[in-house]
Amino acid sequence: MGDTPHRSADAGTGGTRVTQSHEWPAGASARVAEAPVSTRSPGGTGLGGGGALPRSRRFGAERAFRGLTLAAGTAVLVIIAAIAIFLVVKAVPALHANTENFWSYEGWSPNETEPKFGIGALAFGTVLSSALALLMAVPVALGIALYLSHYAPRRLGTALGFLIDLLAAVPSVVFGLWGRDVFSSPVRDFSVWLNQHFGWIPLFGGDGPFGASVMLGALVLAIMVLPIITSLSREVFLQTPTANEEAALALGATRWEMLRTAVLPYGRPGIIAAMMLGLGRALGETIALALTLGITFGISFNLIQNGGNTIAANIANAFGEANETGRGALIASGLVLFAITLIVNITARAIIYRRREFTESAA
Amino acid sequence: MTTTATSHRTRPPAQPDSLRAKRLPWYAAPAIAVAALALSAVIVYGTGIGGPVLVVVLGAILYLVGLFAAANAVEGRRSARNRTWSALIHSAFVLAVLPLVSVVWTLVSKGADRLDVNFFQTSMNNIGARDANGGAYHAIVGTLEQVGIATLITVPLGVLCAIYIVEYGRGKFAFAIRFFVDVMTGIPSIVSGLFVLAFWVLIVSPWFNDGRPSFSGFAAALALSVLMLPTIVRSTEEMLRLVPAPLREGAYALGVPKWKTILRVVLPTALPGIVTGVMLAIARAAGETAPVLLVAGGGAAINTNPFENSQSSLSLFVYQQAGDASKYAPARAWTAALTLVALVLILTIAAKLLARRNRLSR
Repeated sequence: MGDTPHRSADAGTGGTRVTQSHEWPAGASARVAEAPVSTRSPGGTGLGGGGALPRSRRFGAERAFRGLTLAAGTAVLVIIAAIAIFLVVKAVPALHANTENFWSYEGWSPNETEPKFGIGALAFGTVLSSALALLMAVPVALGIALYLSHYAPRRLGTALGFLIDLLAAVPSVVFGLWGRDVFSSPVRDFSVWLNQHFGWIPLFGGDGPFGASVMLGALVLAIMVLPIITSLSREVFLQTPTANEEAALALGATRWEMLRTAVLPYGRPGIIAAMMLGLGRALGETIALALTLGITFGISFNLIQNGGNTIAANIANAFGEANETGRGALIASGLVLFAITLIVNITARAIIYRRREFTESAA
Repeated sequence: MTTTATSHRTRPPAQPDSLRAKRLPWYAAPAIAVAALALSAVIVYGTGIGGPVLVVVLGAILYLVGLFAAANAVEGRRSARNRTWSALIHSAFVLAVLPLVSVVWTLVSKGADRLDVNFFQTSMNNIGARDANGGAYHAIVGTLEQVGIATLITVPLGVLCAIYIVEYGRGKFAFAIRFFVDVMTGIPSIVSGLFVLAFWVLIVSPWFNDGRPSFSGFAAALALSVLMLPTIVRSTEEMLRLVPAPLREGAYALGVPKWKTILRVVLPTALPGIVTGVMLAIARAAGETAPVLLVAGGGAAINTNPFENSQSSLSLFVYQQAGDASKYAPARAWTAALTLVALVLILTIAAKLLARRNRLSR
């Protein structure tokens, strides 16, 4: 016990050697360590206890670093708020100049002396093409994900999964170019065939021209979101506990029954998350649709006639010749798109957060 | 080897057939497929409603129905369901592979037309509708600069934000930041372009530019940063969470303050994962067209200064050439698309390989 006084002088630092080798030891700076210990510790002996720890400094490196990270975290909130604020600021003058009803007018001519523009047809087109795309992509994507995770041989599944991940990274403009230059002619043939034989259904009615239609746009969108949904849901399926799968098989389930009772319920939040992510991607998709849709301004359920338009595609197409009011009008339409995607995203995130206890990695 | 292997294998005792579940013979599935195709060909050509594609589609449907019926009769309903779903899942795979292969094939075959030295050395300056030359040099310069600046902005910001969420953030505020980072992941690229248009190009940049809005590569970089930030925060956050707690505790026990623990112990451990996330974010940003279209201006000449005058980018170049009426434009568009895809894929593959070497695994 002869060395007690010496140790107490450095209490909380772990010993003098550590103090020397560390410029800034936890719980003590050089100045604090020199301070008389007895005045600061409740027991008066200075032996251990929280009393030997220094007060946190107001301007230490720790504080500075923590403040820096806090600022970076706050920046995210600031950016989101700034997006909303600046879009509103630029949109309001154009909305005031609008001589028609913004919600119901079907047309887009904001550059005239009497600006007329409406979001109705565009928002309808956005939702229609995204919903169609998702309707086509989700079953196929889930099928592929199940194939890769539970049917294909392991090596093949890993290699193909890698390939799907790569395809998810292909830029949308490439898909748009492919859709316009290559895919449009088979879709046109198919549309003509549909029109001949199923023209009595309003969806496939009309008398041409066919090709650059909602169907082409939705198909291209579906092909684009397919890799994203596939790679996300495949990851979730792979994480199903092996015990669950083996239990199902041991009870005599066929492979499909095993998938239905063990894999799919386990992956449901992940599937929902993947779908919502795909939907968000489809709603905001710009260039692929600007290249494939035949731009019109009208609400129509006809899928195969030239036509269709979305908010994002309209922004890309109309931006070139927009004047001051025109830009404001486009920004207003962007604000609506922002609101739609925000609602979709927040809904999806709420679902995932509520179910997080079941699958940790679903997000 | 083979002899020992066979000598140990004993034949299972013969079971009476009545104890075994009945199974379809191996030739049943191909036989049903052939029959279905033949039947559909008869139907399609007999009524004259379509061509070979319809034969295949109708044949596939008939095959599924026939398979279900046969298996249902012989093996029972559960097995029939199993077989049908299995066939459906396999066909979903084939169905999706066809267009994706077509995309890749078109990209390579059409992109090879203009894949020459000239394409990478010239810009589109003074290239008229009848000139077969012209290239993407200016666009490549633009892409590299814009993505580079965006990376410089987002990497420190994103990493610090992730550190706050994982290491310091407590309570509702940290939860809110996390939540809005998630929400930010879903912001459409065109909206981020509009934001930078409204904020930087129309409001801030006139201060430096005699009151006229200035479209520039820097504005495009800002728009790309908005898109990259959430991706980087999310991936960094995940990696930081994977750093084992004993590493941190060991550092604390040695008396290292928290900020130094984070900078010297936690970040180096998570570094490969963070780099992977950053590369994936860069790959995504490099392919974005919409924000660049709105704020970069899309000039045709080589402009290496991102802060003044308009710039182009590879993806924007593809879009511009796709909308060009010149008969030489499609070849340029496809070659630029091939270049862009190559760039993005190299980044992605490198990131994935790096991730594989990462010692922290889920």
